[in-house]
Amino acid sequence: MSVQYFALPRLTLRFFPIWRRQWLVWRKVAVPAILGHLADPVIYMLGLGYGLGSLLPEMGGTSYIAFLAAGTLCYSSMNSASFESLYGAFARMHEQRTWEAIMNTPVTLDDVVLSEILWSATKSLMSGIAVLIVIWILGLTNSLMSLWMIPLVLLIGLAFSAVGLIMTALAPAYDFFMYYFTLVITPMMLLCGVFFPVSQLPEVLQALAAALPLTHAVDLARPLMNGAVPAQAMLHIGVLLTYALVGFYISLVLFRRRLSR
Amino acid sequence: MSVIRASGLQKSYAGHRVVDGLDLSIHKGECFGLLGPNGAGKTTTLRLLLGLIEPDAGTATLLDLPVPQAAREARIKVGVVPQMDNLDPDFTVAENLLVYGRYFGMHDSEIKARIPDLLEFASLTSKRDAKVPTLSGGMKRRLTLARALVNDPDVVFLDEPTTGLDPQARHLIWQRLNALTKQGKTLLLTTHFMDEAERLCHRLAVMDNGKLISQGSPRELIESNIEPQVVEVFGETAGQWANEHAGKFSQRYEVSGESVFCYVQDAQKLVAHLQAQSELRYLHRPANLEDVFLKLTGREMRE
Repeated sequence: MSVQYFALPRLTLRFFPIWRRQWLVWRKVAVPAILGHLADPVIYMLGLGYGLGSLLPEMGGTSYIAFLAAGTLCYSSMNSASFESLYGAFARMHEQRTWEAIMNTPVTLDDVVLSEILWSATKSLMSGIAVLIVIWILGLTNSLMSLWMIPLVLLIGLAFSAVGLIMTALAPAYDFFMYYFTLVITPMMLLCGVFFPVSQLPEVLQALAAALPLTHAVDLARPLMNGAVPAQAMLHIGVLLTYALVGFYISLVLFRRRLSR
Repeated sequence: MSVIRASGLQKSYAGHRVVDGLDLSIHKGECFGLLGPNGAGKTTTLRLLLGLIEPDAGTATLLDLPVPQAAREARIKVGVVPQMDNLDPDFTVAENLLVYGRYFGMHDSEIKARIPDLLEFASLTSKRDAKVPTLSGGMKRRLTLARALVNDPDVVFLDEPTTGLDPQARHLIWQRLNALTKQGKTLLLTTHFMDEAERLCHRLAVMDNGKLISQGSPRELIESNIEPQVVEVFGETAGQWANEHAGKFSQRYEVSGESVFCYVQDAQKLVAHLQAQSELRYLHRPANLEDVFLKLTGREMRE
């Protein structure tokens, strides 16, 4: 691989017109998009929370549905960022050739990839806020600390967009993304403390979970929703930031290679 | 004054030299055509000159700026019509122009002020609020052309601007491109339509296997590469006729299937001879760019 692929990202504000483009597209489908953001997580949360929750004792001093609310916020943010950075970005890069059109202007690939990660994180932020509003309305949290969830869902969005863009850079076609969802995203939903505490898992799986970004997101979210300061907050933030920054860099290197031919 | 200059440009993909030592100089205000069969390296040449990819060797300047080093700055005054449409399907015609202008750092008010003129130029005024998927192929091409002009560029790159269009749509595009050269803009276009090249371009270069094999005005290319008259001979026995007679009457001839192409300085004797051959049909015409192109790049298919 040629040396120039590994150059550090040159980031400029020129990403912003691209971000505005996605915003304009999104605005045209805003109502169904918001409903889409909400339907899946809210149905899971209500179904499992009330249905399964009525059979369960309190979890760490809260009802099961309140326990589930924090996890739901995290995994729904993960899903929005992942869908956008895989399917959305792939459509713009490959199918619609939107990137090609943009790169014929004074905008470079580095700006385009930055706009993609920020746009997917924006989608994650919007879906997170929508779910958070439902949680507030249902009274599943009564702490002002839950406002910290807003920057947290953005951070979750950045981490999962960055990892998702690596997949997009490698994908020959849309089918490829099925592997990522079945082998990475779904297992994370089940291993990272969304539906039950990670401590319930065998030790091997606990060790695996500790390396996954969603675990760290949930470890931050759950105390915040209960009005407590998360333990080891810096560690968890650090892990998520590392996924975001390293993922962004790796995806950029791969996109540079892919699009240089 | 040269607006685009290349010297010794080289680019290989997977060991195959796609552009092989290309020297080029395009003057301000001219329409320059790059002709070549599929796979000749035309698109790669455009990408190198736009500074979108790094050459393996050689240098290039675009509007006096070195590319790819200062490609970003150079592209502020460049417009591009790509080979395949990449308009935004989610947007209307006017939104496509607005969103694209922003990539050049233009303010919304500045772009909006230009949109009526751009739509008029592209004959799309009535389609202003139509969504892209509802446009015909010709309209999409015109919108792509209007989009390439949103930043009022000095140079416009066009990669096969009329491929896939019907004759009416092609003629409208040609008219518009002529209007652009009249405005003093420099055009660099690739094509494999010879009539397009002959009609539009002040100067042409024929490209094959990554090299420029001939350059000049359409007239010069014809005069310097080929005999002035062509007689095409058709018929089942044309091949046999060619073996026996074609060499006597023509400077050069080629057999392609059941057709024989005779290239001659003076066609009188050949035509007189052919009039006596009842089983053969013939067509006598002046040599054109297509003859030059086929002579230079061969008759074999490129796939």
